[in-house]
Amino acid sequence: MTATLNRPSVLLDAPRLLATQPLLRAVSLTKRYGKRVAVGNVSLDVYPGEVVGIVGESGSGKSTLLRMLNLEEMPDAGSYMLNIDGIRDQNLFALERFDRRAVQIQHIGVVYQNPHLGLRMKFTSSGNVAERLLIAGERRFETLRQAARESLSASEFPLDRMDDPPRILSGGMQQRVQLAKALAMKPALLLLDEPTTGLDVSIQATVLDTLKRLQRERKMTIVLVSHDLGVIRTLADRVLVMRGGKVIERGLTDQILDDPQHPYTQQLVHAKL
Amino acid sequence: MPLTDLTSERQDYSYGYLDAYAKRELRRRALKAIAIPGYQVPYASRELPIARGWGTGGLQVTLALVGPESVVKVIDQGADDSVNAANLRRFITRMSGCATTTDTTNATILQSRHRIPEEIMGEGQALVLQVPDPEPLRRVQPDISKAAQLHADADYGQMWLGLYEQLVRYKQYVQGADYPSLVHGRYVMNPSPIPRWDTPKLHQAAHLTLLSAGREKRMYAVPPYTNVYPLEFDDIPFQVEDQTGRVCKTTGAQNKFMNELPQPDGTAVYELSDSGYAEKLANGRLPAATYFDEQGNFYHDGYLKPPVRLA
Repeated sequence: MTATLNRPSVLLDAPRLLATQPLLRAVSLTKRYGKRVAVGNVSLDVYPGEVVGIVGESGSGKSTLLRMLNLEEMPDAGSYMLNIDGIRDQNLFALERFDRRAVQIQHIGVVYQNPHLGLRMKFTSSGNVAERLLIAGERRFETLRQAARESLSASEFPLDRMDDPPRILSGGMQQRVQLAKALAMKPALLLLDEPTTGLDVSIQATVLDTLKRLQRERKMTIVLVSHDLGVIRTLADRVLVMRGGKVIERGLTDQILDDPQHPYTQQLVHAKL
Repeated sequence: MPLTDLTSERQDYSYGYLDAYAKRELRRRALKAIAIPGYQVPYASRELPIARGWGTGGLQVTLALVGPESVVKVIDQGADDSVNAANLRRFITRMSGCATTTDTTNATILQSRHRIPEEIMGEGQALVLQVPDPEPLRRVQPDISKAAQLHADADYGQMWLGLYEQLVRYKQYVQGADYPSLVHGRYVMNPSPIPRWDTPKLHQAAHLTLLSAGREKRMYAVPPYTNVYPLEFDDIPFQVEDQTGRVCKTTGAQNKFMNELPQPDGTAVYELSDSGYAEKLANGRLPAATYFDEQGNFYHDGYLKPPVRLA
């Protein structure tokens, strides 16, 4: 009789990132504008509950990459999959326009640096949040009001101002409305494009607090684009450094920010006023 | 044989002002519009001796439809005697030799700006509505090529955003004219700036409705017996303007669409907006059945739901 080794079937808990499938899998994304390569052969895996930061200088392709992840822009090459029931193993860039829009509304939330891009300035703030549900097919007024209230309070927006148009709100409040709109459909993936750039430091801190709390409570999966290393350090678990459309370095946030290997990253980390 | 015997006598204008090619264009586009209810068909809009914005779209359709046996009625805000209506009527009859009328039931072609008559129109009648802005998505999607995609996908969710804003600000639908409506379960259209009061009249109507925008060069249609539903939330039904308590000062009629005449002392008196109908009542002639009866009930039972007021 063979000696049975008395050992558990799993020796050690596999690291979380190996045990679970990535939520977002983008492979060799390439985008050219004429001869210019905006994004060249970038691959990216993001695991559930993870925050991935993308840093780089202006023109490095980070915003283009984010627009592709938001299905706003089609790449010249590459595939993009989200590990969500119903669209699993489906290259989202190959979908019909109508289905792509449905995926975008249902599963992806986005916050832009410029609130004018993400909000209707003259409509009410609650209407801006409700719009996502309307596009997804909700037709009961009371449900929309309730959803707007929940979403706005989750982003710590004062509810007595929920029917004010973003036009008359402060910059920080506008970002909170954008965040509420992004959260309205409880998306699997949240994309943040410089969410706190342009806000003063104290407001920036409270918005970051809100983001951090939401991430902790809801186990949100976030892709965050910023050139502000402070924001990246506060929120991100992992970092990609981009330059000239290419990823030149990637790794854990602490590792990249405290011990950068690539000369450009070293320059970036030490470039402080 | 001299050449003059072989040719027809020289005329200043083609019959019905428009040349044969223009009429063929308009009739073909009208057929397409009727075949796809609510779909905006682009057409080659012609120059007319009136300015854009004064009903050139409606006038072109009327001129393409009119014949010597036609009986034409033209109204502007319900009135047969306004300058614009009188001008158009005179032009149409001069160019076509057709008869004119102010009686809705006698007309074969009824060109209108801003109103649908109170008396029920029947089979064989054509209602031509002048449209300033044919695009219902304009308010929520200013990019016209994106709006075209939304039409193609029947993706009209954003239309409810305008209604949401109205309910938030005023607790009820307040859009006074051009209330967006879903035609034949497929296309959302702007039913031209008719009041909400007139929008239900298009639903399962016996007459043909052609809507034409001359400046925007778009034509669309509601064929006879087609479903037309105003957009509404599931829990807040669409409402027409409340006309209760308004009595016409000349005819004593009630529950019809009224013009409000402010008085020097701050009060208001009312008169019927539909002047052809008012004329009938005033002369003691028996009017035909109306879309809304004296109690304000719509002729399609159950189409208009009881109001729900928001707290």
